[in-house]
Amino acid sequence: MMVKELKVSAIENGTVIDHIPSRNVFQVIKILNLEHFDNQLLFGTNLESKKYGTKGIIKVKNRYFEKDEINKIALAAPQASLIVIKDFKVVEKYIVEIPDDITGIVKCFNPNCVTNIEHGVVTRFKVISKDEVKLHCHYCEKNTVKSNIVFL
Amino acid sequence: MKGKSLISINDYSKEEQIAILDLAVHFESNPVQNILGSHVISTLFFEPSTRTRLSFESAVNRLGGNVIGFSDTSSTSVKKGESLKDTILTVSNYSDLIIMRNPVEGSARFASEVATVPIINAGDGANQHPTQTLLDLYTIRQTQKTLDNLDVAFVGDLKYGRTVHSLVIALCNYNTTFHLVSPVELKLPSAVKMHIKNKNLKYHQYTDMNDVLKKTDILYMTRIQKERFSDQLEYERVKNLYILKKKMLHEVKDNMKILHPLPRVNEIDIDVDDAPQAHYFQQALNGVYVRQALITSILGIK
Repeated sequence: MMVKELKVSAIENGTVIDHIPSRNVFQVIKILNLEHFDNQLLFGTNLESKKYGTKGIIKVKNRYFEKDEINKIALAAPQASLIVIKDFKVVEKYIVEIPDDITGIVKCFNPNCVTNIEHGVVTRFKVISKDEVKLHCHYCEKNTVKSNIVFL
Repeated sequence: MKGKSLISINDYSKEEQIAILDLAVHFESNPVQNILGSHVISTLFFEPSTRTRLSFESAVNRLGGNVIGFSDTSSTSVKKGESLKDTILTVSNYSDLIIMRNPVEGSARFASEVATVPIINAGDGANQHPTQTLLDLYTIRQTQKTLDNLDVAFVGDLKYGRTVHSLVIALCNYNTTFHLVSPVELKLPSAVKMHIKNKNLKYHQYTDMNDVLKKTDILYMTRIQKERFSDQLEYERVKNLYILKKKMLHEVKDNMKILHPLPRVNEIDIDVDDAPQAHYFQQALNGVYVRQALITSILGIK
């Protein structure tokens, strides 16, 4: 009997985000605003992974990510790899890394923080733990932890 | 410290903090000096405060300076919806230094980033109140002749009291042994305890104040607010354990002093006021000298 297999096709130009924890795939799609992306977007969850057991993957055609977007990916999916494809070839591949400072992409968890009250104050955090993801607000000095992270 | 804003106690190094305390000693012996000349200092109080505002204004007036500002926002452009940035930029044009209290946490840091003159944080919500910490350090040194190697007990609401948090962090520079007395619901947060642990200092936790009275050099009392308890029965059960009375002071150390950031409600019985250990009103007075030292340092006059 013939085994039918549907493969996620390769892309000619664009970005592959690999090794996303399966449960975070939809979050990554959301924070990168890919829900309304008007080109090819392929994704999978609960795929087999030698490294992590299961994983998720996202492939986006003709789309490359800026530094702020890569930082968002790192916060939502800390061990994800980013693969940049041009003419079907891998031109760059690396594991995303949470930076030491986060500016403007995350909301402070404290509702009484100036960044949530005054118009136009850009959020700033020092990353005090990368493993558990703990962000220390430059303004109100309170910590925002991974389960409380809301992306702007 | 010329031109340097003070937002969080850790903005000033241990050496800078000590320089302020040393200068405050000078103002304690000469509190009235005509040295501010034509300098104008703004006090912007976005929420009411008696002690802090009056103590800052007294500090400026006794140095011959001029104060402008407001003590609540009801008659200001803030009520019309003016942004904090616009208020600070405008007032920067009118004064050489801005002293601000604002209930929004982080507002003082933000103000220091947009202002063209230095800012002193006189309290930003539950976050920081660094001049209180400096005057607490000053008072501890005044009563003990040193800041090093002391046993300091904190009693009451250690969870929400920003005064306690900042002073604990500041005392971590001085090899302090901490005695932390509070109801279980109001223990010192682990984020603050981390500072003690990082310096490998000793701390002990208690629920009964009587367990620390004989051991401590400083007894730092704070108010326990009923509304902090999720269980009102628990409040009724513990409230009397945190009231200090004169008869409890029989066996304390000779050098022991009682401090309190004030206002007091009933956590220190009024019969303690004339005990030799009572030092909380002197503590409030010290606030004037410390603020004189801070203002003149930032303006580059001393």
